[in-house]
Amino acid sequence: MLNTHDVLETIKMIRDENLDIRTVTMGISLFDCISDDPERLETRIYDKITRSAKNLVSVCEELEATYGIPIVNKRISVTPISLVGSGLSPDGFVRLAGVLERAANTLGVNFIGGFSALVQKGATAGAANLIEAIPEALSTTEHICSSVNVASTKAGINMDAVKKMGEIIKQTAYLTRERDSIGCAKLVVFANIPEDNPFMAGALHGVGEPDTVINVGVSGPGVVAVAVREAGDCDFSTLADTVKKIAFKITRVGQLIAAEAAARLGVPYGIVDLSLAPTPAKGDSVAEILENMGLERCGTHGTTAALALLNDAVKKGGVMASSHVGGLSGAFIPVSEDRGMIDAVRRGTLSLEKLEAMTAVCSVGLDMIAIPGDTSAATISGIIADEISIGVANTKTTAVRVIPVVGKGVGDSAEFGGLLGYAPIMPLHGESCERFISRGGRIPAPIHSLKN
Amino acid sequence: MKAVVTVTGKDKVGIIAMASAECAKYGANIVDISQTVMKEYFAMIMLVELEGLSTDFRTFAENITKAGKESSVDIRVMHEDIFNSMHKI
Repeated sequence: MLNTHDVLETIKMIRDENLDIRTVTMGISLFDCISDDPERLETRIYDKITRSAKNLVSVCEELEATYGIPIVNKRISVTPISLVGSGLSPDGFVRLAGVLERAANTLGVNFIGGFSALVQKGATAGAANLIEAIPEALSTTEHICSSVNVASTKAGINMDAVKKMGEIIKQTAYLTRERDSIGCAKLVVFANIPEDNPFMAGALHGVGEPDTVINVGVSGPGVVAVAVREAGDCDFSTLADTVKKIAFKITRVGQLIAAEAAARLGVPYGIVDLSLAPTPAKGDSVAEILENMGLERCGTHGTTAALALLNDAVKKGGVMASSHVGGLSGAFIPVSEDRGMIDAVRRGTLSLEKLEAMTAVCSVGLDMIAIPGDTSAATISGIIADEISIGVANTKTTAVRVIPVVGKGVGDSAEFGGLLGYAPIMPLHGESCERFISRGGRIPAPIHSLKN
Repeated sequence: MKAVVTVTGKDKVGIIAMASAECAKYGANIVDISQTVMKEYFAMIMLVELEGLSTDFRTFAENITKAGKESSVDIRVMHEDIFNSMHKI
């Protein structure tokens, strides 16, 4: 018989501490849909997605009922659309985004990710056309997510693409200005993009992946926050052990759901992503974990060290709990999606510079940060270049998802709704980086000896 | 398959009777049961075999949860594997 304490602990995690499966994401390859006839391409893509993921939502609902754990999102990631539609014009890509939207609506999934281009060394005509199409594609759809990989540790940084993405983000913000520029919440610029990430907005189905695959993202900042609080004033070894043990338990649930979803859908199981993904709900915050470790407020001195400890312990605990780990795996620090981060920004403790430092020791990067609507494209490119450099130099994934909220400035707040939350507009430096950004070309790949 | 039925809430007369009657009504066979009262808080855990279930899992789970609500206790039915994978290496 199961131990009463164990059973009640699980129930408490789900009922009181927001433990859930954040996403079950089905990766679908679209390579077999390629055609030189745009209409045929569209039909094949719609058919392949709706056929492959026909039972995704219903199977997830069955699993929720059977195991008693919420599965918050059911999502799809596809082969980067720039590869599948490499012959299309920008208008053709916008139409294709509409086809993906129709597939998402037919299936009832929350998002389709993969309206993406990989341009770390240079852009093909297809990639350049897809990037041109992003503002209109994101402003005319609800469920489509876009990502652009502008750098990698091996290729260096494509600064032409960084410059372009500053402009694209501005245009996307403008086209969705009626809704606090929400289009930018569905657009991420990456360095070292993973090919199996189940989380949005950066999910895509990489070229080395099987035809279809199931990847699962777990969650559980609330569970970790409670465990850290209950551990009291223990030393750091004990603190790390506490996080590891709880991360193990959380990940085991993810592993169970991933294996079971894959079996019921008749699709291979890919990876479990070990990320701690916060939501704006009370008690579901990564900032709260850091504060429970002993920081008066997230963002103060000591925050980077606390986050480094958390991130490492989550991975160590999670790795043993799952047979295959991948994706982004770490702690997420999206500002608008984390109540503790929002408070810390409002009170002036958490700055953009501190967030940038924090991204050097955790997964992802400058995420869901609202900035003034009159920010120049060059300044946005400067923010991207800084963050992407951290990823390239440290051989890790970093990303930027900033929202220049049209019509709003410092002191205002942007409302994105649902899991995307709300965010105070953060101040930026007024001094220009335009000359630097306009140079063009590539920043060479970093050397990986002579480390210091 | 086996499921774990947990019943938690404020202690009062007849909780076990109600929960086991609901199991019997749908053909869920109770194979193990443990129960404690901490202060005034009641917690019961039943392991039930669902082979002979007269309805589908979801209907059983929804109905027993509803019956719990009527008696002001929280009843959850979850596949035993979620507990096994979380707490056993």
